[in-house]
Amino acid sequence: MPETKTSKPRTSRKAGRRHPLASVALIAIGLMFTGGAYAMFSTSTARAESDLSSQQTIDEGEKLFAANCATCHGLSAQGSGTGPSLIGVGAASVDFQVGTGRMPMQMNGPQARKKPVQFTAEQTRALVAYVASLAPGPGLPDASLLDAQGDAAAGGELFRVNCAMCHNVAGAGGALTEGKFAPALTGVTEAHIFEAMVTGPQNMPVFNDVNITPEGKRDIITYLKYLENNPSPGGFALGSLGPVSEGLFLWIFGLGAVVATTVWITAKSN
Amino acid sequence: MTTTESSAAPSTALAAKKKSGGLTAAASNYIDERTSISGAVKALGRKVFPDHWSFMLGEVALYSFVVILLSGSFLTFFFQASMSEVHYDGSFVPLKGIEMSAAMASTLDISFDVRGGLLMRQVHHWAALLFVAAIGLHMLRVYFTGAFRKPRELNWVIGFILFILAMAEGFTGYSLPDDLLSGNGLRIIDGMVKGIPLVGTWITFLLFGGEFPGTDIVGRLYSLHILLLPAIIVALIAMHLVFVVVHKHTQYPGAGRTNQNVAGAPILPLFAAKGGGFFFLVFGVIMLMATFFTINPIWNYGPYDPSPVSAGTQPDWYIGFADGALRLVPPGLEFVGLGGTWSFNILIPLVGLGLFIVLVMIYPFIEAWITGDKREHHILDRPRNAPTRTAIGAAGVTFYAALWAAASSDIIATHFQVTMEGVIHTMQALTILGPFAAYFIAKRTCLALQKKDREIVLHGYESGRIVRLPGGEYIEVHQPVDEYERWKLVDYSDYKPLMIRPDDRGRITVGQRMRAGLSRWFFEDRISPVSTTEIEQAHGDHH
Repeated sequence: MPETKTSKPRTSRKAGRRHPLASVALIAIGLMFTGGAYAMFSTSTARAESDLSSQQTIDEGEKLFAANCATCHGLSAQGSGTGPSLIGVGAASVDFQVGTGRMPMQMNGPQARKKPVQFTAEQTRALVAYVASLAPGPGLPDASLLDAQGDAAAGGELFRVNCAMCHNVAGAGGALTEGKFAPALTGVTEAHIFEAMVTGPQNMPVFNDVNITPEGKRDIITYLKYLENNPSPGGFALGSLGPVSEGLFLWIFGLGAVVATTVWITAKSN
Repeated sequence: MTTTESSAAPSTALAAKKKSGGLTAAASNYIDERTSISGAVKALGRKVFPDHWSFMLGEVALYSFVVILLSGSFLTFFFQASMSEVHYDGSFVPLKGIEMSAAMASTLDISFDVRGGLLMRQVHHWAALLFVAAIGLHMLRVYFTGAFRKPRELNWVIGFILFILAMAEGFTGYSLPDDLLSGNGLRIIDGMVKGIPLVGTWITFLLFGGEFPGTDIVGRLYSLHILLLPAIIVALIAMHLVFVVVHKHTQYPGAGRTNQNVAGAPILPLFAAKGGGFFFLVFGVIMLMATFFTINPIWNYGPYDPSPVSAGTQPDWYIGFADGALRLVPPGLEFVGLGGTWSFNILIPLVGLGLFIVLVMIYPFIEAWITGDKREHHILDRPRNAPTRTAIGAAGVTFYAALWAAASSDIIATHFQVTMEGVIHTMQALTILGPFAAYFIAKRTCLALQKKDREIVLHGYESGRIVRLPGGEYIEVHQPVDEYERWKLVDYSDYKPLMIRPDDRGRITVGQRMRAGLSRWFFEDRISPVSTTEIEQAHGDHH
């Protein structure tokens, strides 16, 4: 007993910078500072604007293209047996494919998958500028269409009619044939959503300005951002996958809890 | 006569009041004198319930049904079963101003503008899913323990009809909000009915009041959902429970348990307290699910419109097997000729599932006919002691499960990153071959377990203690099984295949041959229970 009494003040003296966790905290603070500084630095580079039509940017893009894309798309983007021609695909297409990490493609498969972005924003813009300089095509969307301040109700209706059969009403994604799929739409930037509609990447159809007007596209983006920013009013959404996840949850957790209760109340006390 | 009785009653009441003086006693007496209920309470209160968790599953279903009735009544206060067109003007922004039916608008109002409405909707829906799931699990328990045998065959049929009605209740309820999901579900039903030759089209026109979707269907389904189906379900539940009282409860084999008794706790006071408490536990589980987990977010689905279909459109889990059957039918089964289109891609699942359902419903009669057993059974079988029945059950469960899983083929494809076609083909193979594999595996497992039981009864458990005998021989000491445990292991009836016997006129009918054949299939491979002489013999040369 006396031993514990003496040990108590000793532990209290170990507070402050002599605390056993002090070094851990120090490392954590250090990491946060470096990480934060890096994040600030990288976002500041992302913000750096460059003119798409400047020859310098186009030349830079051409170099990047030759080094990273030409193997499949050909040295002058004319296409080859392994990749389509990029002449006339437009700036929007390149910004989407490279900006979401789908290009350069990791491997041949049913479709190019989203993965960590391989180029900086500056490099992506250079590639965009180069491909856009080859032939006219869908350009980058105007910022006024990407503010997600349109009519969510109209967007919801357009989304259900045009998009939900593949992407699911809540944008949770869905299956297509032969291993292809429509990806989930949460976490996709406004610009990429717009560009996907305009250019129809992978298995997606093109929704041109006659199918869905630019304002309609703005409304769709508004709706998707509403879904993303407002959690389900009913509680956890279970992946927004509909009755399958609800049924699975019920059988495993609902019925599981109830059966555990039956076992509990009929257990013999000993 | 009447005067003497009426004059006698107050005097007894007074006497009782003087004796106990309690309010409860006085109140009970007051009621008893006017209803003579004490006889019923005494009889029912002494009804015995054996204690086993698997006997509580039916209660789970009953309690979820009570929760469904309570929450459903709340919903009827606010729901409008009308398909007249309105413009939504509630507080959910992404649907503001959208044209929809009054049914959909009122469901959205329940969700967003009625206090507690969303919680009640989710309670109602989760409870419905739990209701059907609990019925399913209860049926599996009854099947695999042979509780459907005489005298309980009719109660099995009633229970099975309840299962079907619960699915019907679920489907009609799923269709009421008139959102995109429910409309898609109705469209599939419409298509299936239209696939029936000759009468199909006329039936759907009758059902929908014209071409799909029409403006009548929600109101009609509402009548079924809140009036006709619940009334039948309540009546059948009452019958089901009366039969439970009449038949007495079944019990698992054990020391002192026979076909003539029931060992357990009486309803009053213990079981009533437990059961009452259990109601609130089930209610609590449903409440927690409804509080924390979204179910059927109609605000995502939006109003019904015949043109869009969402990816991941599925029915609630209990209709999944039917949806799966439609997904698994191979293409190219539609033929045009004889003045119409013959949609075998719809007829095959319809007929196949119909047959499956009827077989499950009449299974008790089939088994009774094959075994020729006319005795009453109140002691349950351990599944291993009825290997063929257990194997048939395993095959049925596999068949159902494969169809059920097929209903989520698209979700399986995206989440396990496999191809849709691969999933469908695997499920097709599983639906056909899976039941056979399950049958043989289950049967062999049962027989192996029975052999193990036999060995334990005869030689006891291995104790792991090695003893050297004076002669130098080493043996492992086996610990004999105690008598209570042994009872459980040997108490089952042994069936032998029926012999074909000529009838009165000396003929052997086709029916007889078939029955003998089926009986041979059922009982050819069997492990007989250990007899007393065998035990004595084993103990005689015990080491």
